[in-house]
Amino acid sequence: MTVSEDHHDHDDHDHDHDHDGSALSPIALRVRALESILVEKGYVDPQALDVIIDTYQTKVGPRNGAQVVARAWSDPAYLQRLREDATAAIAELGFGGRQGEHMRIVENTPKRHNLVVCTLCSCYPWSVLGLPPVWYKSAPYRAKAVIDPRGVLADFGVLLPPDSAIRVWDSTAELRYLVVPMRPAGTEGWDETRLAALVTRDSMIGAGLPLSPEQSP
Amino acid sequence: MNSAHDLGGMMGFGPVRPEQDEPVFHAAWEPRALALTLACGALGEWSIDTSRHARESLHPVFYLSASYYEIWIEALTHLLERRDMLSAEERAAGHVLTPARPTRRRPPTADDMPAILARGGPCDRPVPQAPLFSVGDPVRTRNLHPAGHTRLPRYARAKSGIVESVQGSYVLPDSNAHEGGENPQWVYCVTFTGQELWGDQADPGFSVSIDCWESYLDHP
Repeated sequence: MTVSEDHHDHDDHDHDHDHDGSALSPIALRVRALESILVEKGYVDPQALDVIIDTYQTKVGPRNGAQVVARAWSDPAYLQRLREDATAAIAELGFGGRQGEHMRIVENTPKRHNLVVCTLCSCYPWSVLGLPPVWYKSAPYRAKAVIDPRGVLADFGVLLPPDSAIRVWDSTAELRYLVVPMRPAGTEGWDETRLAALVTRDSMIGAGLPLSPEQSP
Repeated sequence: MNSAHDLGGMMGFGPVRPEQDEPVFHAAWEPRALALTLACGALGEWSIDTSRHARESLHPVFYLSASYYEIWIEALTHLLERRDMLSAEERAAGHVLTPARPTRRRPPTADDMPAILARGGPCDRPVPQAPLFSVGDPVRTRNLHPAGHTRLPRYARAKSGIVESVQGSYVLPDSNAHEGGENPQWVYCVTFTGQELWGDQADPGFSVSIDCWESYLDHP
């Protein structure tokens, strides 16, 4: 896999498992050797590694951000708190910490769509979205988002009205951006749980739109 | 530094290809690579800025041909070797040849880890002086090309923009990445039109905001 291509082949899945040790890829062997040396030296505790992995595999992910957005759609006072101090408002829902220390929200409107990128590395609001997808870290996205954002949206199948401006947020410092998409029409009276189910990860990066009520899972 | 990590505006990579129902990890070594990077970072031997600089200092050919977790592992290996925590001989041998040395922070246990992740690494720091720029001010980014770390991307150097917000004061990565101290500065969100960045041919319907440390900016 390369940064310049997305990861479509799943060969690693088949070849990376440790049945007899003979089918590990060079990078898998290398990571295993590094872990083994660092554990033997006492620099890392393998159980601490397991806690990190479990955190980002099962606890911290885009459902966190979806709850924030659903609350913002439902509660004008909460939205106002997000505008004034997003880090604190997000912490009200229990989300914070690593790569979410300094949060900002950016709101989509009929006249402006927001798109978040990190051209220099892979900065991403982990506390609300989890770990970034491969495409977010890939060269095509990081290269194109700041020069041809409408083209990037087309790659995602998103077509905006021509009079909708696009604002790109390049995460060059420690501020982390969460897009609050527009609430879909036809969701009047929906509770936060139903609304959150419409909020996709990509819609909180700006690379997608929320699901419509018809698409609701 | 001007290298392959600074990708904004480059062409030729083809379309963005999102993956349907993408898993969090694509191979069993990836979560180990992530966890090793975070756990070693928690030893306090280097900052996130040093870590980012280690990644962007990798050879551009490697940087553009490796996956992101491969980049992390390569950079982590460099950092460990530079700090005398690991040797090339040990990597080749696959086992320990020299004893460990004390680290600035003790290695976290499983019990420590949730609090470490929940705390993160806030990098806002107070500064004594008032911000030089205010919301609405026109500013011009400096034409900086440092050999070391910077967070002013090439496409946004020597460009005119407007201060959109004053974000607070934060550790300056340009010095912190090189153990030159935190030197906190005011950070401003600065917005540029697409045409200022990319010329008259650019789509007039978009703008780009970046977060700039005060020393990246001049009065126009």
